[in-house]
Amino acid sequence: MFNEVFTEGDSLLHKFDPRFKIVIAAVFTLVLALSSRWCALFAGLLFSLSILVMGKLPVKGICIRLVMVNGLILFLWLLLPFSVRGEAIFSLGPLTATREGVRYATLLTVRSNIIILALIGLLSTTTVFNLGRAMVDLKVPRKMVQLFFFTYRYLHVIQLEYERLTNALKIRGFQPKTSMHTYKTYAYLVGMLLVKSYDRSERVRKAMICRGFKGRFYNLTEFHLGYRDLLLVSLMLLGVAAIGLLQWTRIIY
Amino acid sequence: MDENHLLINLKDIHFSYPGGREVLKGLSFSLGQGEKVGLMGPNGSGKTTLFHLIMGLLKPQHGKIEIFGQPVEEEKDFVEVRRKVGLLFQDPDDQLFSPTVLEDVAFGPLNQGKSVEEAKEIARETLKALGLSGFEQRVTYRLSGGEKRLVSLATVLAMQPKVLLLDEPTTGLDQETTERIIEILKGLKLAYVFISHNMDFMLQATDKIYGLLEGRLALEEEMVPHTHVHVHGYGRLSHTHTTSDDFRPGIERDK
Ligand SMILES: Nc1ncnc2c1ncn2[C@@H]1O[C@H](COP(=O)(O)OP(=O)(O)OP(=O)(O)O)[C@@H](O)[C@H]1O
Ligand SMILES: [Mg+2]
Repeated sequence: MFNEVFTEGDSLLHKFDPRFKIVIAAVFTLVLALSSRWCALFAGLLFSLSILVMGKLPVKGICIRLVMVNGLILFLWLLLPFSVRGEAIFSLGPLTATREGVRYATLLTVRSNIIILALIGLLSTTTVFNLGRAMVDLKVPRKMVQLFFFTYRYLHVIQLEYERLTNALKIRGFQPKTSMHTYKTYAYLVGMLLVKSYDRSERVRKAMICRGFKGRFYNLTEFHLGYRDLLLVSLMLLGVAAIGLLQWTRIIY
Repeated sequence: MDENHLLINLKDIHFSYPGGREVLKGLSFSLGQGEKVGLMGPNGSGKTTLFHLIMGLLKPQHGKIEIFGQPVEEEKDFVEVRRKVGLLFQDPDDQLFSPTVLEDVAFGPLNQGKSVEEAKEIARETLKALGLSGFEQRVTYRLSGGEKRLVSLATVLAMQPKVLLLDEPTTGLDQETTERIIEILKGLKLAYVFISHNMDFMLQATDKIYGLLEGRLALEEEMVPHTHVHVHGYGRLSHTHTTSDDFRPGIERDK
């Protein structure tokens, strides 16, 4: 998950200035989060898909990510249909599902998926480090950028630690079964993972202090705006504006 | 040597980790201008701990630390120490955190207040000196173990320290690279202390070797006559082996 597989590519989208990517991602998310008309959502879907096509991203990788996100959305479906007032459709014991509830849950599901698709296209085609630098350029508070960067960095550390530990298990012939031994091993694994990652991050921090770290990061290379970036960002803004028009005017009924 | 010209001066240091046994028991150590010192000792004897104490990453329970003739006690004293003393961590994974090699090597110089251009230049030169030209844009966490160690060394050297503390700088490096590092170290006009379990390397790159045993340092001047049941390069130089006692023919054969 943290190997940044989608960042390796040579498409127009990969070369697109990360600062613009962040801006577009923010504007698009905002507009879509406020959209409720199906025609606007449909336009949003087209927008997301064309970005993915532009980035030539592998369909399989995208699907895997969508499945992960929808795992979370599943929880919405356990709650929402029963918690919105309206016309009843069916009952489960004391709980009653309403037509409005189901409608609302559907809307949220569609909306989040469209947004996720666009974010995959826009944000996962840039390395996290470049995103961080773009955030600095966009005047996002430094503390937030650091938080963002270190969260990512340590997730990576935890993943590496996890791989090491599971390898250690594998080479000694561990096979998960439904047994006390398996549960105990997994419990150790999780415990070790937390402790070791914490220790590791502590040592990384010390190493940074030894090199005079005072809470500031420096950019070695500047981003350069090309005419291609300007063209692309104008097109995308037009796209987002179109979605807005569809939602807030009555061009299409 | 005159006390005031000592780079590092530790007196009667006692240290134990929280809840652990005492690792250092009244250790004293001093390093003079331009001295090149080796540090040996069994695993777990406290070598790494000693380095971390010097850098102020750990605080001794008892004892005095003086760096460049100044007593250091508090965090702000050590900030200055870290500008002049470079520490190479035992595990290179602890040292590297930037995505690209160039960024990581330039990180120290930037913290020292160098401009971006200067820092990049220093980083490139340091990499070149270590034979790492062409590594600038490589991703740090995808390097091999030995490459990581070399890059870590570059990150420390790039800060142009006055003293180097090297925690097993050659572990995991091949013969040729090890020799290159020895040459680089010998060419440097600065004092260093390094930890290694490699006797050949020690004898070539240091003027004297300390042993860390039972929480104290002892100078290993005494020549210990011992027989060898194995063959290897550098056999003409006098040397000792820490593993000679439990040497098992055919298994622990040196290179
Ligand atoms: N974070 C820690 N917490 C508690 N005890 C520790 C910690 N780090 C090290 N120790 C203990 O302190 C002692 C000295 O450790 P140290 O890492 O200094 O040894 P070392 O001489 O560098 O060994 P090696 O040659 O294996 O690197 C060991 O017994 C070790 O178990
Ligand atoms: Mg050690």
